[in-house]
Amino acid sequence: MISVEHIYKAFGEQLVLDNVSVEFEEGKTNLIIGASGSGKTVLLKAVAGLHSIDEGNIFYDDTEISTLGSKQRKEVYKQMGMLFQGAALFDFATARENVRFPLDFFTDWSLAERNERADFCLERVNLIEACDKYPSELSGGMQKRVGIARAIVMNPRYLFCDEPNSGLDPQTAILIDHLISDLTHEYNMTTIINTHDMNSVMAIGEKLVFLHQGKKEWEGCKNTVLQSDNEYLNHFVFASEMARLLKEPR
Amino acid sequence: MIKKTFELIGEYFLLMKQVFTKPEKWRIFWKQCLVETEKLGLSSIPLIGIISIAIGAVLVIQTAYNIENPFIPKMYVGYMVRESLILEFSCTMVALILAGKVGSNISSDIGTMRLTEQIDAMEMMGINSANYLILPKVVSVCLFNPLIMLFSFMIGIVGGWLIVALTGMITLSQYSTGLRFAFDGFYIVYALVKMVFFSFIIVTVSAFYGYLPKENSLEIGRASTRSIVAICLLILISDLMLTQLMLN
Repeated sequence: MISVEHIYKAFGEQLVLDNVSVEFEEGKTNLIIGASGSGKTVLLKAVAGLHSIDEGNIFYDDTEISTLGSKQRKEVYKQMGMLFQGAALFDFATARENVRFPLDFFTDWSLAERNERADFCLERVNLIEACDKYPSELSGGMQKRVGIARAIVMNPRYLFCDEPNSGLDPQTAILIDHLISDLTHEYNMTTIINTHDMNSVMAIGEKLVFLHQGKKEWEGCKNTVLQSDNEYLNHFVFASEMARLLKEPR
Repeated sequence: MIKKTFELIGEYFLLMKQVFTKPEKWRIFWKQCLVETEKLGLSSIPLIGIISIAIGAVLVIQTAYNIENPFIPKMYVGYMVRESLILEFSCTMVALILAGKVGSNISSDIGTMRLTEQIDAMEMMGINSANYLILPKVVSVCLFNPLIMLFSFMIGIVGGWLIVALTGMITLSQYSTGLRFAFDGFYIVYALVKMVFFSFIIVTVSAFYGYLPKENSLEIGRASTRSIVAICLLILISDLMLTQLMLN
């Protein structure tokens, strides 16, 4: 389980995380939702250790991450996988080499064993046929799937996804959402996804955290998100014409 | 402005602290060194070759034109070409040319990786990205650029020889006598030492500017320009200091 307590983060004068406390549940897909500029990405990256925080604590199980030395912190990092917004695949490497990259560094396996593991992960995301292609030869959805394969190759306990379906067509977006959700349950990972896509929320949102202007405004699950009386959340959830139409008959 | 400069210098040294650590896997490190040698070193040879041959030829024409006095022996043309090439052109000028070619390449490559979160992805895996990306470049460029310098020197001499042979402004024997006249082997050592220093500056400064956080693609171009300006200034300052230290 990952928990954050009273964290603050500012860039210059602008406060982007304002006293945020939340517990992300183990073995579930935890979604951080909110409008653009609400602090979702900063919160996700702070939890993942890519942004430092100004105040507060971040716990992995019962261990406060800032108290760890660099070696111990590295061990925690090895238990994490991350899917970035633009997939962040290495341009100089093929899909297989991208997935194999962490194995090259942190295992003493032979090349055949590393390739076997990389191929297994590519197979899991239904992309084995593209294993020898470079990122520039792959579509956005395929790049995301390679990114997922790379994120799970080390069998992580924690999976972080930064807007996994941004820039994808609705069908591919749903495919990616379900793939992440399936992997979360299959490997019992603590998954944190940052999104503003309501389709994702309704499809895979086992735990939801709503941020507005850097503050946590609401917490719940997909079953309760439509019944909330939080004004900001309702503005966010029922922003689209289709959502408003669906709400009206209720 | 002064505060910002000192902050930048501080950040540079913090990055260097990350760069100069033991590589995670030596096998990967040596493989990267070979890749970088091919990308940053071998690929520079045609450009340096063309420029060096032209400069060698131009030096012969200019020197011959300026010493038409009958009291000055013609063999001084060869002597002047050799001294100009080894003391300044093949190390300092070639380093400035490489700052443009290699420096901008490193800065934009790393800048793009920063902007597209590839560096963040490495950090998330627990990999020291600065060490993985920059140290092999430092090692390969610092080892290979001195060879490029020697190559430039030799090709410059050949360029001079070609123009002498084609125009006949002096005889080939006068040119070769000048090349061998009062030769001091220490000048080669001096030029090699300078080149190693300049290579270090080219790689680390361009990598540093590439490594700085970026908000958009325009910043990649800006970082590349800034890095080349900084490298040129640092090369000229260190040229002055090394010359004073080694030749005075």
